[in-house]
Amino acid sequence: MIRIDQLDCAYGNRQVLHSISFNLQQGELVSVLGMNGCGKSTLLKCINGLLQPSSGEIHINGQSLRQLSRQELARTIGYLPQNTQAIDCTVFEAVLIGRRPHLGWQVTDNDLVETARILRLTGLSGYADRSTLQLSGGELQRVAIARTLAQQPSILLLDEPVNHLDIRSQIDVMALIHSLTKQLGISTIAVMHDLNMALRFSDSFLMMKEGAVLATGGREVITTDNIRELYQLQVVLQELNGIPLVIPCPEQEPSLLNRS
Amino acid sequence: MSAETAVETSDSYSRRIRRRLLVLLALLTLLAIIGLLSLWIGSYPLSISQIIQGVVATPDDPLITHLLWNIRLPRTVAAMLAGAALALSGSIMQTLLKNPLAAPSTLGVSQGAAFGAACAIILLGSGQTFSTGNEAVLLSSRSITATCAFFGAIFSIAVILTIASVRQLSSEALILSGVAMAAFFSACTMLLQYFASDLQVAATLFWTFGDLGKAGWQENGLMALLLLLTGGFVLYRGWCFNSLQWGDEVARTLGVHTSRLRLIGLLLTCLLTAVITAYLGIIAFIGLMAPHLIRPLIGNDQRFLLPAAALCGALLLVVADILSRVILAPVVIPVGIITSFAGAPLFLFLLLQRRQL
Repeated sequence: MIRIDQLDCAYGNRQVLHSISFNLQQGELVSVLGMNGCGKSTLLKCINGLLQPSSGEIHINGQSLRQLSRQELARTIGYLPQNTQAIDCTVFEAVLIGRRPHLGWQVTDNDLVETARILRLTGLSGYADRSTLQLSGGELQRVAIARTLAQQPSILLLDEPVNHLDIRSQIDVMALIHSLTKQLGISTIAVMHDLNMALRFSDSFLMMKEGAVLATGGREVITTDNIRELYQLQVVLQELNGIPLVIPCPEQEPSLLNRS
Repeated sequence: MSAETAVETSDSYSRRIRRRLLVLLALLTLLAIIGLLSLWIGSYPLSISQIIQGVVATPDDPLITHLLWNIRLPRTVAAMLAGAALALSGSIMQTLLKNPLAAPSTLGVSQGAAFGAACAIILLGSGQTFSTGNEAVLLSSRSITATCAFFGAIFSIAVILTIASVRQLSSEALILSGVAMAAFFSACTMLLQYFASDLQVAATLFWTFGDLGKAGWQENGLMALLLLLTGGFVLYRGWCFNSLQWGDEVARTLGVHTSRLRLIGLLLTCLLTAVITAYLGIIAFIGLMAPHLIRPLIGNDQRFLLPAAALCGALLLVVADILSRVILAPVVIPVGIITSFAGAPLFLFLLLQRRQL
């Protein structure tokens, strides 16, 4: 579905991505892991055309990204940025704006039906007439996800989708993303910081270090060695109900405090 | 959610749209009534039927024809056009720059125009002033003054837009560039005035008072043309403006060419305000206030907010013009003074009433 070959990207003279290559299948949820500043968000922005890669190719459904117009790209890729802001409009209108790549000058009945369907899928039907200014962080994040779904994308790019959310909202939002990925057959790439959340909901992982791929694959790549290499952190891996659990070692905490 | 609930959800949206259309219709009706009132008020008494007959058909009395078509109608039409244009420009700027304080005056357009006019009056001699019975100061060459004011405004905009396109500035930086240009042009105007004669200073000052009496049919025609062009563009691109409210990144991933939209939008609005300021002088607060005044009634959907702000601006300026003619009748106060007087407290009131602008 998505094939990324030898992708390089730079901000001016500073090279941020180095020869990134990986594949993603339909209905697959991949978590991108790595420390802050390692190029995870840049990778997402290269895939959705917000940034121009300096070299390399991105193929979506066999077609090069360069051949797609902005409008076609908007119909193919849904993107959730790191920070979602609220504006004074209803939840229905906030989701309807996601129909923009499909809209003519006037909203059609089909757009209204599709928006109502997305609201149902994301559990927001009861919120349709509420202002987005009155929503909690978790609810607002749901609205933002619903907006990207209204684009009817085949690929979903989520930049830290559970950022700033409480543990309950994190689980709810990730469960929603997981089920939508499977239910709608979307390919989802999510930048994640919580390893346990990523392990619980992802099918595969892309571990990035200093702009390059450290490891890519299924749960087998989540090893203590890879995590130590990625975060310079000692961890132990335990299994709970068949899901690996990453536990940072306590002796690492003083060294973290002394890092500055 | 059942099928009925889905229908209810979209019905609720359709009801909201109908309500917004009703607000637009109400504004339009109110504008027509206030416009009629504006034509009615004056030292020579005219009945409403005489006014309506005079507007839709040629009246028998040449005095009424002259009064309506050469004095009252151009003035009222100018108030509607200028008010609509300033409010539309302010509303577009606030959306494009994502800043509630964006308006023609905060981008240095008014100050650039004032400097252009000062150059024409003081350096090019278009300010040969003389006193008449009714008006203290008249400009001998209005066309030169208006042309220079236009180029002053355009120069200010050109500098800001060039900086913006070359350095890819943020919207906050654009506003700050506008503030800097405004300060620069104000200083230039003051410098010119310092070395000018008393009469030239009086003429420069007189020009800066926004005055609707300066407009004729030719000026109204150009203002209407630019207003239609800008209005048509923003209505056609209504969904792009809606997308932009969610931030540049979101808008771009929704297929919007954000930098192109911003450049064309700013260019059109700046051209519009430059022409108005050049013809009528500085009319403050309409561009800033009208969008904030109408937003609680119509919401943030730009397809409705932008035309509603334009109608609200037209309404405000016609009312301000009526006040300017009746407060100290028979003396006509420049309308710019009324808008600033009423605008400042009204804006503060809005600010205190609402948690978020």
